[in-house]
Amino acid sequence: MAEIVINGLTKRYPNGFEAVKDLTLDIGEGELLVLVGPSGCGKTTALRMIAGLEEISDGDLYIGGQRMNDVLEKDRDIAMVFQNYALYPHMTVAQNIAFSLKIARRPRAEIKRRVHETAQLLAIEEMLDRRPKQLSGGQRQRVAMGRAIIRQPQVFLMDEPLSNLDAKLRVQMRGEIDALQKRLAVTTVYVTHDQVEAMTMGDRVAVLRDGKLQQVDTPFQIYERPANLFVASFIGSPPMNLAEAAIKQTKDGLTVSLGEAEIAIPHELAARNSLDAWVGKSVIAGIRPEDIYEVTRKTAKLQAAMQVKIDRVEALGASLLGYFSVDAAAPRAESVSAIPAEEVLSEAPLTGTSGTSFCAIFEPRAMLKIGDTTEVALDLSRLHFFDPETDASLLAEDEPEKKKKPEAKKK
Amino acid sequence: MTATPTTLPASVPARSRPGWRRVKKARAPAIKYTALLIFAVIILMPVYILIVTGFKGVAETDPAHAWALPHLWTTSAWRQAWDQLSPNMMNSLELAIPATILSTVLGCLNGFALSKWRFPGANIVFTFFLFGMFIPYQAVMIPLTELLAKLQFPAQLPRLALAHIIYGIPITTLIFRNYYATIPEDLMESSRMDGAGMLRTLWSVVLPISVPAFVVTMIWQFTSIWNDFLFAVFIITDPSQYPVTVALNNTTGSLVSAYDLQMSAALLASLPTLVVYILLGRYFMRGLMAGALKG
Ligand SMILES: Nc1ncnc2c1ncn2[C@@H]1O[C@H](COP(=O)(O)OP(=O)(O)OP(=O)(O)O)[C@@H](O)[C@H]1O
Ligand SMILES: [Mg+2]
Repeated sequence: MAEIVINGLTKRYPNGFEAVKDLTLDIGEGELLVLVGPSGCGKTTALRMIAGLEEISDGDLYIGGQRMNDVLEKDRDIAMVFQNYALYPHMTVAQNIAFSLKIARRPRAEIKRRVHETAQLLAIEEMLDRRPKQLSGGQRQRVAMGRAIIRQPQVFLMDEPLSNLDAKLRVQMRGEIDALQKRLAVTTVYVTHDQVEAMTMGDRVAVLRDGKLQQVDTPFQIYERPANLFVASFIGSPPMNLAEAAIKQTKDGLTVSLGEAEIAIPHELAARNSLDAWVGKSVIAGIRPEDIYEVTRKTAKLQAAMQVKIDRVEALGASLLGYFSVDAAAPRAESVSAIPAEEVLSEAPLTGTSGTSFCAIFEPRAMLKIGDTTEVALDLSRLHFFDPETDASLLAEDEPEKKKKPEAKKK
Repeated sequence: MTATPTTLPASVPARSRPGWRRVKKARAPAIKYTALLIFAVIILMPVYILIVTGFKGVAETDPAHAWALPHLWTTSAWRQAWDQLSPNMMNSLELAIPATILSTVLGCLNGFALSKWRFPGANIVFTFFLFGMFIPYQAVMIPLTELLAKLQFPAQLPRLALAHIIYGIPITTLIFRNYYATIPEDLMESSRMDGAGMLRTLWSVVLPISVPAFVVTMIWQFTSIWNDFLFAVFIITDPSQYPVTVALNNTTGSLVSAYDLQMSAALLASLPTLVVYILLGRYFMRGLMAGALKG
């Protein structure tokens, strides 16, 4: 077990393409760090550089205080779980799991004991004599895990280990891997493009885009305080609603005009985002779907209410998604994350308005139908603001939020 | 996506309607087997003559009655052929077995290095290997014999074996390279992460799943080395060292044509390759498929 310190890690492929750019990360001892980002952002490349399967073009890699750049992969004491498991087809499950120990020339009795311990841990004892092709996807996944954990390595690397499983098994294995990692307390880097996996498993989450690190923080902080438009739109499902909005000064304080609505901003929120500097200018305002409420007779009428026409509803059982158009420009397409096809819950509303489609999570029994007009209120304390030029969050950095940061804070 | 109705347009001729296809499908095996039977007969006709002539006495071997069964069955030609050829058959085995094994092992190592060890310029090297396959034997006969003579190799058979090993390298390398190209890279990397070096990975991970490639290569090499005549006749000067192909050629008498002897000798000489095919043929088919599609 050891901490990983990554400093300015860069990968330049022979064709000149920079897949990972100046990545700097500290991964604490026993921590599970999730590396998340859209397809092609360089997650696998980063992981393979840590593993030693890919040469490091620039920057330094330290594991347990030792510089690893020029250490061979087999001497790094790292175990890796591959996306397609890469089990040895001609070996039984037991032989697959034991392979690394056999190479390390451990005594036969020890190998036998450790194979059984590992199999017990993963509940694959009855399968030890089978070959990989006689196993289901989930069982193969466990064998791949077994092959990694039997070595008791310093570091686990996992590259989308669950992506070949069906949705239900994925949720189950997600929990199992998480529990196992906590129990073994081995420093782990876990790569996924699934933001739900990232949020549920990670001690911390690192969001990567086009080879550049966007933000590293706890899942809670990533969700609550996304550092830029990309993180805001990538993490969360349905994603954060984002639209251009103008900041204005009135006698009562600042307001933000979102479409036709003129919303007064609480002083505290304005101060936190230093909105004074933005008076008379446009920002990108963001609000998560769960922070938009339907105004009913029971709820007190909040000040930030707006009249909206529902374009589309999706009843999910536990909640009801309502889509409506806000007459404001959407942020530039290149600033936000394109929603992966599998997660698109609806196509763009067909009503043909020029505005931006917003989504709100309503009460499941809000009897909303397409075409209904209703009044919605925004939870003002949960508005996000972003610089339309740089995409960066306007939230001041020096906040008393640094509750849980890893101890390793060097450089 | 909207489902399109599955009714056929009226313009489709009746013959290609599904009902027809089913009839055709039922007939397909019959057609296939008839065709196969015809080809089998064409190929087996000379073999028939080979066998019946071998059992005839010299007097009966008249080309005009080649098709007739012998009046008097005799095994004298077989015994004579065996007496005459068995030392040469031993020569051929001594030549073909080690040469096959060595060229296959070399092909395996080359193929592994060229597809999985990816050194800079691997593709260029492989291209040169491929060129090697297209050089006709005849073009290199003279330089080759001169080179081998200069090597001062003690015995003649090892000299011939060396020529075959070197000439086998392009094809064996090609077969192994293409087979190894189908082995997923992750498997190799997984083994590397497990702590195995390149040679250990080759031994413990790659070789055990290379059986099909070995079978294909060994059948190929054994057959072409056993059947070779040209190299042998150039390189071997000592008649006691002749492989069976050269000895077979020498059964052709200069005065009378002893057809019975020639036929039985030819069949005897081709038996070992036949045995190899029958024993490994199943793997041969499977091996070719495995190489072409997936490990
Ligand atoms: N050998 C290579 N040569 C050149 N470019 C490469 C090479 N391998 C990968 N790339 C590029 O580097 C980028 C990052 O690739 P990588 O495999 O790390 O992405 P990823 O984040 O793992 O994506 P995914 O989620 O699809 O697995 C991609 O744009 C890819 O095209
Ligand atoms: Mg990847």
